[in-house]
Amino acid sequence: MIGLTHYLVVAAILFALGVFGIIANRKNLIVMLMAIELILLAVNLNFVAFSGYLHDLVGQVFAMFVLTVAAGEAAIGLAILVIYFRARGTIAVDDANRMQG
Amino acid sequence: MNADLSMTLPELVLAVGAIALMLVAAWGGQGSTRMLSWASVAVLIGAGIALAGPASSGGAAFGGLYRADAFAAFAKVLIYGASAVAIIIAPRFFAAGTGDDLRPEYPVLILLSAAGMGMMVSAGDLLTLYVGLELQSLAAYVLASFMRRDTRSAEAGLKYFVLGALASGILLYGISLVYGFSGTTLFSSIATAYGAGHSLGLTFGLVFVFAGLAFKISAVPFHMWTPDVYEGAPTPVTAFFASAPKVAAIALSVRVAVEAMGPATDQWRQIVIFASLASIIFGAVAAIGQTNIKRLLAYSSINNVGFVLVGLAAGTPEGVAATLFYLTIYVVMTLGSFIIVLQMRDAEGQPVESIASLAGLSRSRPGLALAMMIFMLSLAGIPPLVGFFAKLAVFTAAVHAGLYPLAVAGFAASVIGAYYYLRVVKVMYFDAPGEGYSGRATPIEGGLITAMAVAMSPIGWIALGTLGVWTTTAAKALF
Repeated sequence: MIGLTHYLVVAAILFALGVFGIIANRKNLIVMLMAIELILLAVNLNFVAFSGYLHDLVGQVFAMFVLTVAAGEAAIGLAILVIYFRARGTIAVDDANRMQG
Repeated sequence: MNADLSMTLPELVLAVGAIALMLVAAWGGQGSTRMLSWASVAVLIGAGIALAGPASSGGAAFGGLYRADAFAAFAKVLIYGASAVAIIIAPRFFAAGTGDDLRPEYPVLILLSAAGMGMMVSAGDLLTLYVGLELQSLAAYVLASFMRRDTRSAEAGLKYFVLGALASGILLYGISLVYGFSGTTLFSSIATAYGAGHSLGLTFGLVFVFAGLAFKISAVPFHMWTPDVYEGAPTPVTAFFASAPKVAAIALSVRVAVEAMGPATDQWRQIVIFASLASIIFGAVAAIGQTNIKRLLAYSSINNVGFVLVGLAAGTPEGVAATLFYLTIYVVMTLGSFIIVLQMRDAEGQPVESIASLAGLSRSRPGLALAMMIFMLSLAGIPPLVGFFAKLAVFTAAVHAGLYPLAVAGFAASVIGAYYYLRVVKVMYFDAPGEGYSGRATPIEGGLITAMAVAMSPIGWIALGTLGVWTTTAAKALF
């Protein structure tokens, strides 16, 4: 039987992978956007699992809001990425070093 | 009008105003920018006037999702004022041949961001908190990368976006844990859950929520995006970032800490004390070697956030009042400094940002140098100036709450901070003059600088009593 704990553990692993993907990734900014999505999905899994466990709809409503905002966030992220690529001609993380300190 | 809607009137004015102005911008194109800027300022003033009604005293709206109290109203006045200044100072910066024109989206984005910040400070539920925070952040990401042809601006936008999204994710994870272990997202019910007893899940949620909020207020150890974003973003946008969103995020943190997690004060106080001391010390030490004035002001803002958190760490009505008191004075000082940075232009009219280029300003532009000296010494907290009373208020609150070590350490660290502010003054007054700056301040910018400098000088003392009364009233709304 799959209980609340299983969902929480999976969500925690996804969340950790997402954070690790942002911190450790030094190659590609698209991968960072994917890592951000992974974090948000981990949160959604948490919300839905808690919602089912508590028999409370707020968690599912919250998950819908997170999905909507995540879509907007991805759109803006990709737009900024395009601006950055036009200006620099690269999307490698290591090259984002015009400013240091 | 519906009672709930009348309480949210300021946000309605901002949201409808922003959408209407966006339509005007789509029709009018590039030529409508100047008109739209003034219209946006008018919308902000309208939202400020709307605060006078039930929006500042109505209590809870929409079943507790939204709170219209004196605390929110006070923070909103600061936010709208800072947003209006950020709109007013923009046209001249972009007109100076920086390669990018000021497009009409700029004032509209600031309006949307202001609407989001209004939701943040009025949040009575984790859902309102999240939506408000995201509305503010999404507009801010675009603003940071507003100069599309400037590589630094694009990079600033990118860094802000990635780290801001990570912060939102961490905050959201914390929210999901708080929801799961308390069974609700309403602040008042969460407080009941925290009061009911110790739970590991709730403690984890608290830590994640505070980590996410620390990102947004750029408190150490989550400050790393601040210097790069402040340096890379266009200067009017940097001025905006350093003022309005910071007020909103700190007011939000105060509300979450007091209203939702009040019974867990002992738990979050440790986090806030650590973040506060680390910010004060790191902000002061890291600023010493900086050569770029915008980077210096970024570290200065990290340093100041540390002092603001001293007030929050007290966790008392007096502490919250001191936090608001400090924030008000900080916003004036920091906006004033950034308007002076906007005046720094070389012979061709291009913006310059190096501290060295301030050399000999006291001879070429004595008025500007005097104003900058007032802002710098006030930020350092040197007694006759108003900034001293801000620091005094937060430390008094900390001492009354029994946090003697925090107050002593904070005082000691503020001396380190004084060093780099004094260095700017030294460069202006004692270094051999370099190239003078071209152009003079426009009447509006000159007037803003003068008004802010006068407010921070000893003349500003006359306003301190009133400000103290207002902040106390605002803080009482939370307890």
